[in-house]
Amino acid sequence: MEMGIAIAFWVLAAVIIGAALAVVLGRNIFRAALFLVLCFFTIAGIFVILSADFLAGVQVLIYVGAIGVLIIFAIMLTRETQRGSPSGRLRLPALIAGLLFLATMVFVIVSTDWQIVAEIPTEPTTSGIAQALFSKEEGFVLPFEIAAALLLAAIIGAIVLVREK
Amino acid sequence: MAIALEHFLILSAILFSIGLYGVLAKRNAVAILMSIELMLNAVNIALVAFWRYVAPTLLTGQVFVIFIMVVAAAEVAVGLAIIIAIYRSRETVDAEQIDLMKW
Repeated sequence: MEMGIAIAFWVLAAVIIGAALAVVLGRNIFRAALFLVLCFFTIAGIFVILSADFLAGVQVLIYVGAIGVLIIFAIMLTRETQRGSPSGRLRLPALIAGLLFLATMVFVIVSTDWQIVAEIPTEPTTSGIAQALFSKEEGFVLPFEIAAALLLAAIIGAIVLVREK
Repeated sequence: MAIALEHFLILSAILFSIGLYGVLAKRNAVAILMSIELMLNAVNIALVAFWRYVAPTLLTGQVFVIFIMVVAAAEVAVGLAIIIAIYRSRETVDAEQIDLMKW
């Protein structure tokens, strides 16, 4: 059991990092979008390993389904086939910034003494999430309503922005 | 060797750094938006890992992930609409040529 989870983690982590590198290093933007979808899908696998079953489903629905299709649509509508997706002048500073950030984060993660709890989360998590979201005392009802208003505003804004005059 | 919290956090940090590099180095505006999505996903992995190992009975970490997904969906919709509107008027999505508001 433990062994299987470890193997699954290493395989998924390798695929995630490889796909993410293909997204930022490749010159073909359409291929990059497909690798991004692969990356989203394997991240859903990571959520399964972490026993977040509901979030794995939501990840596949929203990221793989909705956002992936949206990005591929945008590439089709704005494709500059002859130019591809080259890196800009900031390539070297960007590499240094990324590596510096990574080094700082790894140092902090390794040197911090995390307060690990031995408890195993209850599965499925769906009813627990619903209680955490909508409970009367310490729920997230107001942020939930604000999120709904934000989505509506974003949809209307997107329609207004791309509407033909 | 058992998988612990640090493994997930380092995976998240690597993914975030790759996204950071993409945001800074890419010229195509759609590619920049895709790199931002990578960074948001890295944060989601970190939040879920913290929930699983530090506070498995409190589901606040998962609630935060859901809100990040909502905001990311809104951000992608508006961002791609802006990119398509710019492409219609200026015939380019190259971030180095979209310099109308550059000081």
